[in-house]
Amino acid sequence: MLQLQVTNSPFNEEQVELLNRLLPTLTQTQQIWLGGYISAMTLQGAAAVSAAAPAVFTAPSASTAAAGGTVEPAISREVTVLFGSQTGNCQRLASSLSGKLKEQGFEITVSAMNSFKPNTLKKVENLLILVSTHGEGEPPDNARSFHEFLNSKRAPRLEHLRFSVLALGDTSYEFFCQTGKDFDQKLEELGGQRLSPRVDCDLDYDEQVAAWMEQVITALNGAGSAPAIAEEAVLAAEHAESLQSAYSRNNPFQAEVLENLNLNGRGSDRETRHLELSLAGSNITFEPGDALGVYPENHPRLVDEIIAAMGWNSDERVPLNKKGEEGTLREALLRHYEITVLTKPLLEQAAKLSSAAGLHELLLPDRAPQLKEYIQGRDLLDLIQDFSPWDVPARSFVTILRKLPARLYSIASSYKANPEEVHFTVRAVRYESHGRERYGVCSVHCAERVQPGDTLPIYIQNNPNFKLPANPDVPVIMIGPGTGVAPFRSFLEEREEQGAAGKTWLFYGDRHFVTDFLYQTDWQRMLKDGVLTKLDVAFSRDTEEKVYVQHRLLEHSRELYAWLQEGAHIYVCGDEKHMAHDVHSALISVIQEEGGLSPEAAAAYLDNLQQEQRYQRDVY
Amino acid sequence: MANNESAVKPIGGPPSDVEHIKLESNYLRGALVETLSNPITGSLPEDDNRLLKFHGSYMQDDRDLRSERERSKLEPAFQFMLRVVAPGGVATPAQWLVMDELAHKYGNGTLRLTTRQAFQMHGVLKWNLKKTIKTINDTLMTTLAACGDVNRNVMSGPNPYQSEVHAEVYEWARRISDHLSPRTPAYHEIWLDGEKVVDSKEGVEVEPIYGPVYLPRKFKIGLAVPPSNDVDVFSQDLGLIAILEDGKLAGFNISVGGGMGMTHGDTNTYPQLGRVIGFCRLEQVIDLAEKTVTIQRDYGNRSVRKNARFKYTIDRHGLEWFTGELQHRLGWALEPARSYHFDHNGDRYGWVKGVNGKWNLTLYIQSGRIQDTENSKLMTGLREIALIHGGNFRLTPNQNLIIANVSSVKKRKVMELAQQYGLTDGAHHSALRRSSMSCVALPTCGLAMAEAERYLPHLLDKLEPIINEAGLRDEEIIIRMTGCPNGCARPALGEISFIGKAPGRYNMYLGAGFTGDRLNKLYKENIDEKEILETLEPIIHRYAKERQSGEHFGDFVIRSGYVKAVTSGLNFHD
Repeated sequence: MLQLQVTNSPFNEEQVELLNRLLPTLTQTQQIWLGGYISAMTLQGAAAVSAAAPAVFTAPSASTAAAGGTVEPAISREVTVLFGSQTGNCQRLASSLSGKLKEQGFEITVSAMNSFKPNTLKKVENLLILVSTHGEGEPPDNARSFHEFLNSKRAPRLEHLRFSVLALGDTSYEFFCQTGKDFDQKLEELGGQRLSPRVDCDLDYDEQVAAWMEQVITALNGAGSAPAIAEEAVLAAEHAESLQSAYSRNNPFQAEVLENLNLNGRGSDRETRHLELSLAGSNITFEPGDALGVYPENHPRLVDEIIAAMGWNSDERVPLNKKGEEGTLREALLRHYEITVLTKPLLEQAAKLSSAAGLHELLLPDRAPQLKEYIQGRDLLDLIQDFSPWDVPARSFVTILRKLPARLYSIASSYKANPEEVHFTVRAVRYESHGRERYGVCSVHCAERVQPGDTLPIYIQNNPNFKLPANPDVPVIMIGPGTGVAPFRSFLEEREEQGAAGKTWLFYGDRHFVTDFLYQTDWQRMLKDGVLTKLDVAFSRDTEEKVYVQHRLLEHSRELYAWLQEGAHIYVCGDEKHMAHDVHSALISVIQEEGGLSPEAAAAYLDNLQQEQRYQRDVY
Repeated sequence: MANNESAVKPIGGPPSDVEHIKLESNYLRGALVETLSNPITGSLPEDDNRLLKFHGSYMQDDRDLRSERERSKLEPAFQFMLRVVAPGGVATPAQWLVMDELAHKYGNGTLRLTTRQAFQMHGVLKWNLKKTIKTINDTLMTTLAACGDVNRNVMSGPNPYQSEVHAEVYEWARRISDHLSPRTPAYHEIWLDGEKVVDSKEGVEVEPIYGPVYLPRKFKIGLAVPPSNDVDVFSQDLGLIAILEDGKLAGFNISVGGGMGMTHGDTNTYPQLGRVIGFCRLEQVIDLAEKTVTIQRDYGNRSVRKNARFKYTIDRHGLEWFTGELQHRLGWALEPARSYHFDHNGDRYGWVKGVNGKWNLTLYIQSGRIQDTENSKLMTGLREIALIHGGNFRLTPNQNLIIANVSSVKKRKVMELAQQYGLTDGAHHSALRRSSMSCVALPTCGLAMAEAERYLPHLLDKLEPIINEAGLRDEEIIIRMTGCPNGCARPALGEISFIGKAPGRYNMYLGAGFTGDRLNKLYKENIDEKEILETLEPIIHRYAKERQSGEHFGDFVIRSGYVKAVTSGLNFHD
């Protein structure tokens, strides 16, 4: 070690002598401890200095604190302990550390990283991380998602955060303690301050762990929370600035895609996408139950086939809309005109541009059934191919096409829980019809051609008829098989944010438990946390007899009726054709059976619920 | 013996979590009935999962899918491994057909023959466990005690040559297995719709041998018939070596304190070989096994699970103490050990005729996996054989399979079916491959740090050209691979062994004895395939050139100074 001298250090002669006497006698543990102790003293000093100069803070909360006569900032006693553990070591250590901190009067939240909601990180002031490293520098499984989050563009600034990292590893590996190092570095980059330096431990870790814990506890006991006041001030300022959004259906917001993932497991015959969009800068907000309008793009292959079939030129300039804006033909067919649906008016307009006898025949008054049959499941390419030849310039043809409409999706997130974000759920529609693969326009666009970083034109469609009860104590029954479950994720996230006391009961169903349980881990966490009181599921293809949500309703008729009698609201979302009808009948059966009513009286009971807005549906 | 008793106390320290779980489980019931029926998750809570092991099943998940499912907001692809007890690895054709059917109906369509001669089925969903276990039970097999802190599947050499002795030794394996089987009615209640039995009648212990907290850790027993040490008798907690006198089974030499498992980086854990402490007569065997188990029950470490195996109990207190305590509990002393000789621990492939005049076909099964692949319809072929077979099947301790006791009349038909479905005695493989063994590891085993079953065949593809070039194609070299240091493929007894450390990285061990009589030693740490091949190639060539007559690879690497001979588990880490 370097010998301290007056010339190579900031110390005077007496200090140098004392230090030179002390330092060589220290064990490694003592050195680490002392290092942490001194950093903690420094932090404490800095906090005291900040507090002594309240002029630094101009925001209201800081002046309130000053007005209250408190010179010293309140020391936060809340500590969040997160662990990432493969074999249980870090978990055990986290629990032991938490015990120690509790003894010291700290309020502790301890959790595996993947059980911790990353959007609450912004609220954390003291964060202690215990994490191991696996294989070639990989995080443990339950740290992976949090690791990804911190390294994503969604990671928040953490200027108010104090943290310390304990890294477990094995020096026989090349990337020793890499995950701990990653967290340590990332938290610093995001603006966090170290409570005490990171400690990297080898297999024989007891001593180093103990030293780290002591340092952390010392630092926590010493450190104040002045920057947290600054943070509150910033939040208050942001809130005051919030404005009404300027975006709408006619002026959609180009929302950046943050996440686009498949909710179905490998081996499923379904593909359901979960998309998360950023609303940053839009001032768009929404309520649970609202829908998201999304403007899609047509499938490029279909567009190209149409252009080829007509012998057009992709780059030809054509009108994009009635306002007279122009663009290339390809652009127009991709983003501006509907090409996947045939309508009678479209065929009539097309007939004016065609001499094909077949088309004119199909439009004769007595051929209505044939026309209807023809339109079903066919698209513009069919029309073009079935009634060729055509000799129409693209400029004229596109004017007979409808504007490409937006698609509406139930919003799957709560704005309160995920500020400046909106999540939605869409199941990819693919089927074969008339000898050709067909694709749902928006769903397949989202599934195949939208990547994080791309944007989607969106707007909010309010739905006042699908709203949580104003009173958070009122019980809520939610029936949402398949993608119908989406709004209930929003409902429950909202209730969680509200700290609502009312009971909640979700009925969910799909084909297979293993691959089709949409948002399974979200529901599991909510059940564990008590946000969701009950969850009943029906997977129709796992058993010999097909089971659906309505069967579960009937199985639980007594309890269901009791909830209704307690004033519960019922919500149904999803398929209109079959599910909503079956569920409606099942509800009548339940009321009839348990309430001892006639079928008519039971139906009236349900109608009455509907009148009172206690039975709301969002079906499609 | 009174002095002895007072001198040695069970180890102190607070009982481990698992001890609490066992104690509070009410003889292995826990909350299993309830948690098995929870429809929201395909998993069981940790406590019940611990208990489930005693019922013969481990909760696992498909680790290949873990990350992608987490992203998809799906829980891990939880599934259950079911292990079926088959003492001595013997199964009837009817039992084989049931296992085959269940594997397709509820499992992942394959079966795994284990290194302890048991069946394993993977990929059973929680909701199908009960139906599967019940069907297994209906065919007179059980999963009870296939895992957990109890005596596990009792091994016995399936040696087809000495058919008479085999039958007798197998019978002892079965009797020991029955005697040490747990008595709790929980298994019947949970899986077989048995009536809930009112337990704890005043003063009557439900588990007369185990007691309410069972053993501190698993306990393994194996019976070997010299000259074959196929069961790796010294790797067993309790090993029995058949002593034949005038062609008749006279009794067994007793070996105690072997075991394979260890923990990377913890030198307080180590593999150990059993030591022979004497000879026991046939009629004394059951009593001896029971008393040995009860000594471990009373003296094993219940505080630190990784030091809980019987081998640590023996090493902590000494062999002398153990023989004294055993004698005290038995009321009689073991006789001096009798002479025996082991030649090998591998299998002898192909057709052989037993002294009973029946034929036996030993098939080479890569890593013990029964499945249909593009190259061979192994699973279908064995099903077809089971349909016409009048003898039985024997799972070997090297994960191979014997079609045993085939009459001369049926032999031709079995041969035809074997040919038709591509079943092989391994003759076209190198002797190295035929002497290979690996555990399951990824993607189902929760403990695996690296691949084993899925990777060893590929490594062998790369080693075989080296072996061929060195002219060693017909030289048996025992090669073993496991994905973690717990030792399922008995890696500490490989002349060449690999124990997984991280994906694609292994510790390499060399120098075990060819007959299972010496542990190997760490030679290279944390190496990848390239380093494995670069390291082994010159050693193999040198072995080919410099070996002495009859010298096995494991002996050669010691004589040539690559590694020091390990004489006891206590110097394994030196």
